[in-house]
Amino acid sequence: MTATAELFGPGSRPVRIGPFSAAVEHRAVVVTAVLLLAAAAVAWWNMISGSAMLGASEVIDSLLGRADDGAARVVLEWRAPRVVFTLLGGAALALAGAVFQSQTRNPLGSPDIIGFSTGAYTGALLVAAAGFTGLWATPVGAVLGGLTTGAAVYLLAWKRGVSGLRIIIVGIGVSIFLGSFNTYLLTVLSLEAAMSVATWGAGSVNDIAWVHVLPLLVIIAAALPVMLIHARDMRLMEMGDDAAAGLGIRLERVRMVQFVCGILLVSVVTAAAGPIAFIALVAPQLALRLTGASSVQLIPAAAMGAVLLTASDAIARTEMIPVSLPVGVVTLVLGGAYLVWLLVTMGRSRKGVS
Amino acid sequence: MSVQIAQHELQAAQRLSSPGRRRLLVILIGASALAALCWSSLFIGSGDISAHHVSETLTRWIAGDLPPESRSTTELLILERRVPRTLLAVLVGAALGAAGVLMQAMTRNPLADPGLLGVNAGAYTAVVLGSTTLGTTIGGAHVWLAMTGALVVGVAVYIIGTTGPMGASPAKLVLTGVAIAALLTGISFAITLTMPHVFDRVRFWSAGSLQGRGFDELGAVLPFILAGTALGLLLPRALNALSLGDDAAVALGARPGLTRITGLAAVTLLCGAATAAAGPLSFIGLMVPHALRILVGPDHRWLIPLSLLAAPILVLTADVLARVVVSAELPAGVVTAFLGAPVLIWLTRRKAVKNL
Repeated sequence: MTATAELFGPGSRPVRIGPFSAAVEHRAVVVTAVLLLAAAAVAWWNMISGSAMLGASEVIDSLLGRADDGAARVVLEWRAPRVVFTLLGGAALALAGAVFQSQTRNPLGSPDIIGFSTGAYTGALLVAAAGFTGLWATPVGAVLGGLTTGAAVYLLAWKRGVSGLRIIIVGIGVSIFLGSFNTYLLTVLSLEAAMSVATWGAGSVNDIAWVHVLPLLVIIAAALPVMLIHARDMRLMEMGDDAAAGLGIRLERVRMVQFVCGILLVSVVTAAAGPIAFIALVAPQLALRLTGASSVQLIPAAAMGAVLLTASDAIARTEMIPVSLPVGVVTLVLGGAYLVWLLVTMGRSRKGVS
Repeated sequence: MSVQIAQHELQAAQRLSSPGRRRLLVILIGASALAALCWSSLFIGSGDISAHHVSETLTRWIAGDLPPESRSTTELLILERRVPRTLLAVLVGAALGAAGVLMQAMTRNPLADPGLLGVNAGAYTAVVLGSTTLGTTIGGAHVWLAMTGALVVGVAVYIIGTTGPMGASPAKLVLTGVAIAALLTGISFAITLTMPHVFDRVRFWSAGSLQGRGFDELGAVLPFILAGTALGLLLPRALNALSLGDDAAVALGARPGLTRITGLAAVTLLCGAATAAAGPLSFIGLMVPHALRILVGPDHRWLIPLSLLAAPILVLTADVLARVVVSAELPAGVVTAFLGAPVLIWLTRRKAVKNL
């Protein structure tokens, strides 16, 4: 046993790249790799299945540019963006969930529970109602809506500090309020806009195209490195504000950076696919249980989110169901069941409330 | 000295009589507001019907001068749409308001509400499931289904939300309700989206709306709401004792177990019937008891009867607003959520959120 191995404990080893260093846990690496493989497998399944009856060989041909126009269009213009979006979007939601759960020190402090998704949706609707169109109009509206809602929930829950449960209940209230406001906005919009927006309201990836993937990619590329740099400070802050401050962490700056990144990620997914429930809540918690870590970790959570959203999409579009369900309905059922289970077991083991 | 004592006594007497006067005032204002709202609910609507026409039709109808076969379209609209809709709003409101008071008293939880605790979602899902598997249609048998759903989910939420080392904190109960409601909403969403015939049966009813309800729906739920209200009106004294805690209640001669079972039966009847009639409406049961507690104090002998007066005011306001705010009608449930969510936030912010 070398000195460093003892310092980092069994099952982990230090990795240094230039000035940065981190403890890499073997189990987390293995879990992440398995999850990524699973995500890739489900994604491939989503690529080769569908109502257009294009199997693996046609898909490979299309990807290599050898297929005819019709097949290439289905594969490259319809299926591929959807698959890429579910992979990236699931990861983005899970990252946001991990950050919020860590900061509120409560698994229920996820952005979907405390109303940010609904707020982002409100922003997108307001932009549509005001008549703005264009590639960036909806994402920008959603991001503004998400940020405003985040600020509103914090201010409303603030009372000499933000307590975990108060912010959740206030968030539920804000979420219900905005939800009814969204329904009102839908009736104000023209029938055509309202119809397309209504399926979107349940969280649907049916109409995803490359124009939706691009903003998501940009935001992830910008937010992920920032979040990873702050991840260690974030984990120390879970020990309590006083202890973290004593270790020299600038609490408010870390908190602000992580929140803004999380809200950006949620908002950009919501802008394209509508509010997809519960991925942000469930993915970090499941990843936490698989890795056996002491607190939520960003990368395994992101891999888990990708698996969950692609798998939900696979369920939503199976042949057994005659119509294409919005993926949000699938995540609502799975996530709701998980949340009930979480509440049942929450008291029993202390670890559940990490 | 004696003059001072007399003054004290006089002030004490005034203080004693002041809640009484206040209650009288609340009753008077409430009753006149309800009457005014019922009246305007008959006059305001999407059809362009003149006030004169409405009052004429109503007077002739009440005088028995309007046989069913000789009614014009407008008269039909007034008598078979607006009149039952208004009555139903009053009935549903009374049911949800009373259910809210009962739930808050029984769980000793200020955040209890049939909508927040998932009871309405349970009733809704039961109807959707029944409509899928048994082929029941809206009207008649679905009242029983709604009641079963309300009962099962109410008990489940209560058990999950109050057991475990975290104890029965108001927040945990609400979270359990929201979680189960989300799960159930997802399930019924999935069913209605995949089966168009089920969707067709429940869609007019699902958003928490009073639109298009007739005397049939009114008749189907009236007995249940009356029975539930009667049960609820038996309970005020026992609930007052219960609000001191179970031990104190037993010491005072109340039987908490019996009270809870009776209360649960009343809540099931009221919520099941109200949801069966109007679809899931949330927050009525949350707002009304708190408003009344501020106005008349925590005595359930006043709270329960007055909730029967105050909650219909809220539902009628929501329903009338839902008709006038947008050109296409908004479901009343949307308006109640819009009005009710700020109340939830306000209650959460209050320091005394754990005490009732």
